[in-house]
Amino acid sequence: MTADSNTINIAIQHRLNNSRAQTFCLDVNLQLPGKGITAIFGESGSGKTTLLRCLAGLEKMLNGEIHVKGLVWQSGLEIKPVHERRVGYVFQESSLFPHLNVEQNISYGVKRSPVMLSKPNYEKIIELMGLYSLLERFPEQLSGGERQRVAIARALLIEPDILLMDEPLASLDGRRKQEIMPYLESMHEKFDVPIIYVTHSIDEVARLADHLVVLQEGTVMTEGLLGEVLANTDLPIKLGEDTGVVFEARVAERDDDWNLLRAEFLGGELWVRDGGDSLDQSIRIRVLARDVSLALNAHTDTSIINRLRCRIEKIHEDEDRAMLLVRLVVGEVKLLARVSRRSAHQLAIKIGDEVWAQIKGVAILR
Amino acid sequence: MFSEGDVTAIFLTLRLATTVTLILLVLGAPLAWWLARTNSRLKGPIGALVALPLVLPPTVLGFYLLLTLGPNGPIGQVTQSLDLGTLAFSYSGLVIGSVLYSLPFVVQPLQNAFEAIGDRPLEVAATLGATPIDRYFSIAIPMAKPGFFTAAILGFAHTVGEFGVVLMIGGNIPGETRVVSVQIYDHVEALAYDEANRLALLMIVFSFLVLLSVYGFRKKSQRQILSFGS
Repeated sequence: MTADSNTINIAIQHRLNNSRAQTFCLDVNLQLPGKGITAIFGESGSGKTTLLRCLAGLEKMLNGEIHVKGLVWQSGLEIKPVHERRVGYVFQESSLFPHLNVEQNISYGVKRSPVMLSKPNYEKIIELMGLYSLLERFPEQLSGGERQRVAIARALLIEPDILLMDEPLASLDGRRKQEIMPYLESMHEKFDVPIIYVTHSIDEVARLADHLVVLQEGTVMTEGLLGEVLANTDLPIKLGEDTGVVFEARVAERDDDWNLLRAEFLGGELWVRDGGDSLDQSIRIRVLARDVSLALNAHTDTSIINRLRCRIEKIHEDEDRAMLLVRLVVGEVKLLARVSRRSAHQLAIKIGDEVWAQIKGVAILR
Repeated sequence: MFSEGDVTAIFLTLRLATTVTLILLVLGAPLAWWLARTNSRLKGPIGALVALPLVLPPTVLGFYLLLTLGPNGPIGQVTQSLDLGTLAFSYSGLVIGSVLYSLPFVVQPLQNAFEAIGDRPLEVAATLGATPIDRYFSIAIPMAKPGFFTAAILGFAHTVGEFGVVLMIGGNIPGETRVVSVQIYDHVEALAYDEANRLALLMIVFSFLVLLSVYGFRKKSQRQILSFGS
């Protein structure tokens, strides 16, 4: 394994004896990018949390290699203790120290940092996480969402080499999730710390991740850039109605008459509802496979405004026996369409054909 | 109201209980911490050993202490060779006996309090750069504060209330080893029931107030411990 200074290399073979006397084996060999958000996605029991704990050193592995941006955290039996790794860890449930107030909680790590941390960074994080008014409060006086914001700030403040987040939204209800999401998204833009984000929610993956690792029963089923993994027609984890793709686009034009934005991506453009994004801003777009239908000709007599000329790259059976999953290519972007087998038969589509994709729904994620 | 001998006995008792409580908090906390965190096979035997004074008659403990600390006992010989005399029938011997006798009353509440903290706060502290010793002082001890309070009160009260161990290794030397419980015994022996009654009532009131404060405090502090992770 190379100790590249800009990647995170993980080789783990870890046997875990849990209480039910079953042995679970985590067998992972990964090279992850040293920046952006990598989502570890999988069902519960797939080993996501164990992977994160091994990375942090909270779970003792007898054998493994963990190299983070050129630093050796574990090499065989040589293990760097947790407190000597610069690792930010945000746990699933609130993990604030109950005997310390917010300010003391977030400065706990700062005080113990081996390097001088920058004051502007401190201010920036407090500001970004919206904590100014909460500094004097104690954890029990905070809402669940506020507690997670404090926990995130506390982890970010030590300027970690890597930030590990274990389902940070799982303990929050829907409204609180929406409340904290913008903070996570802005974190993504404003810090260059690599983030490993464990989740079982495909919505969180779609909104936050750049890179995706799909974990099942302790092994990596597939991994790669988010757009590519999601456009995989034979994804090992069935997403059902949530099957769809995510790609980046740029706001190119605003049409105030119809309250629409024209979003350009490499190879095409889409009209999306104007959510107030400014011109030239980069946005992330999600198109679900169930919202894409296929036509052989460009129909103009429909209510659907987005039609893209695409080439069929792959046709795959869907988990639903009446349906097919079709992968389409438009420029650099791949789309998925979920169509019935009967329509595919009637249209006589095959790989390599040029078709029109009619897109009924486009969501701007950020 | 109290005779000079009574007052001496009361102050001796308070001094003994304070000394013993302080020693027990300092020594008992790391022991309780170890018992709360370890996966060692020694956890069971050590835990049982610590709890022994709960079930043993104080005379058994006192008897063996007397043998060990006495002129022919192993510790007695060491102290004699160091020109310290023997610890039996001395205040220091009484302190040692009381520390052993009240050990479970301090270690068990502390162990419970440490166990109630769970792994999570300590893991968080580790990721924030705290060494194991740092975690003990900055997280474990503050979070176990209610446990320390209970432990201190129980340890103090239990030392005040001891009798058998005192009689075995302390004897009955005024100002040195004659504590309140022994003083009451003396009064009764001398058929001075009034004096015995006054001191005995004092003990009842004291013990009641102590327990009241423990139970009153527990109610409040349980919430604090449980609030972690909620």
